Amino acid sequence: MIVAERKCVPELLDIIKDLQNLLVLGCGTCVTVCLAGGEREVGIIASALRMTTKLNDLKINVEELTIERQCDNVFIEQAAEAIERNDAVLSLGCGAGVQAIAERYPEKPVYAGLNTTFIGILEERGVWTEKCAACGNCVLHNFGGICPVTRCAKHLLNGPCGGSKEDRCEVHPDRECAWQLIYQRLKNIGQLDRLKKITPPKNWKSSLAGGYRTIIREDHRI
Amino acid sequence: MIAKPFEPKIIAFCCHYCAYASADLMGSMRIQYPPNIRIIRTPCTGRLEVGYYMKALENGADGVLVAGCMEGGCHFIDGNLYAKRRVNHIREMFEEIGLEKERLRMVNVSASMARPLADHIIDMVETVRQLGPSSLQNKTTFNQSETAQ
Ligand code: SF4
Ligand code: SF4
Repeated sequence: MIVAERKCVPELLDIIKDLQNLLVLGCGTCVTVCLAGGEREVGIIASALRMTTKLNDLKINVEELTIERQCDNVFIEQAAEAIERNDAVLSLGCGAGVQAIAERYPEKPVYAGLNTTFIGILEERGVWTEKCAACGNCVLHNFGGICPVTRCAKHLLNGPCGGSKEDRCEVHPDRECAWQLIYQRLKNIGQLDRLKKITPPKNWKSSLAGGYRTIIREDHRI
Repeated sequence: MIAKPFEPKIIAFCCHYCAYASADLMGSMRIQYPPNIRIIRTPCTGRLEVGYYMKALENGADGVLVAGCMEGGCHFIDGNLYAKRRVNHIREMFEEIGLEKERLRMVNVSASMARPLADHIIDMVETVRQLGPSSLQNKTTFNQSETAQ
């Protein structure tokens, strides 16, 4: 899922300070699960904004709403009236959600209330880690299902770098070396010989090289 | 005309299994405590949504006291420990907001600790009295609309 975290209150205040009516709009999908932009967080951020605007002598009316999903037109419709009656939207969706709302309402200022951070998983309660950088050309099959692009601090495809100590990464000694994990996992599944092959430089064309990416599925188009 | 001295309004969220029972015992034991406190019973401090204490302060309270079981003594094992982390997080957020973090406090008592609970209440009231009325109170209030659905 997409993982995000809240922007600090002073930054939000700076974004909204010239408004009169603000809609804080939450999203019920990824950002709800990562406790950053769901209904609960909308309540907390809206309260925080009401307090801080009052303390700064600003007259801003803050409305709260959370929809099922912000990155999908079908769901955005549920926020139509609330968006109409406010001067601007502070979206607590991920970057895709914020932009989907902005595209749908070209006349309405839409601001991001979160910092969208990575694609990752919940490691334990309150801890998320990045697992995939969406490189567009997945090589997980070669590395025992552990992504060196994301999880090795040097993004090495032919690791380890030689600096790891025991199972620790030399860049972040508090973390496991991704290449140690790859070795261990390939050993466990009996595929160590995969490491005998030198992986050629990765073709980054499928990544962020040429601006945004699109996927077109002719078989599904109408 | 002499201005009325400031009397803080404090909301105390008290866990059913400890602080609320203690508050009851405070009454039975005729222990005096300041009338500035308004007690709200909660099933467990771990069940308390952060939004509740935010809303209390937003809507007129000068302080919020969260009273849960002793650490290690929570009826639901660790609800009070979750509450403690959340209270600390919101205290930090108060600093971002520009509100004194001392207006929110968590204390721990068992069901039989009537006297210590009274002391916690007295201490909280005194702390908030020193801080003065919440700076949110002397500002004009605006229409606070919330859309539930
Ligand atoms: S190889 Fe690319 S697509 Fe596969 S997990 Fe790593 S970053 Fe994601
Ligand atoms: S120690 Fe391991 S994870 Fe860290 S940079 Fe080197 S190979 Fe990558």
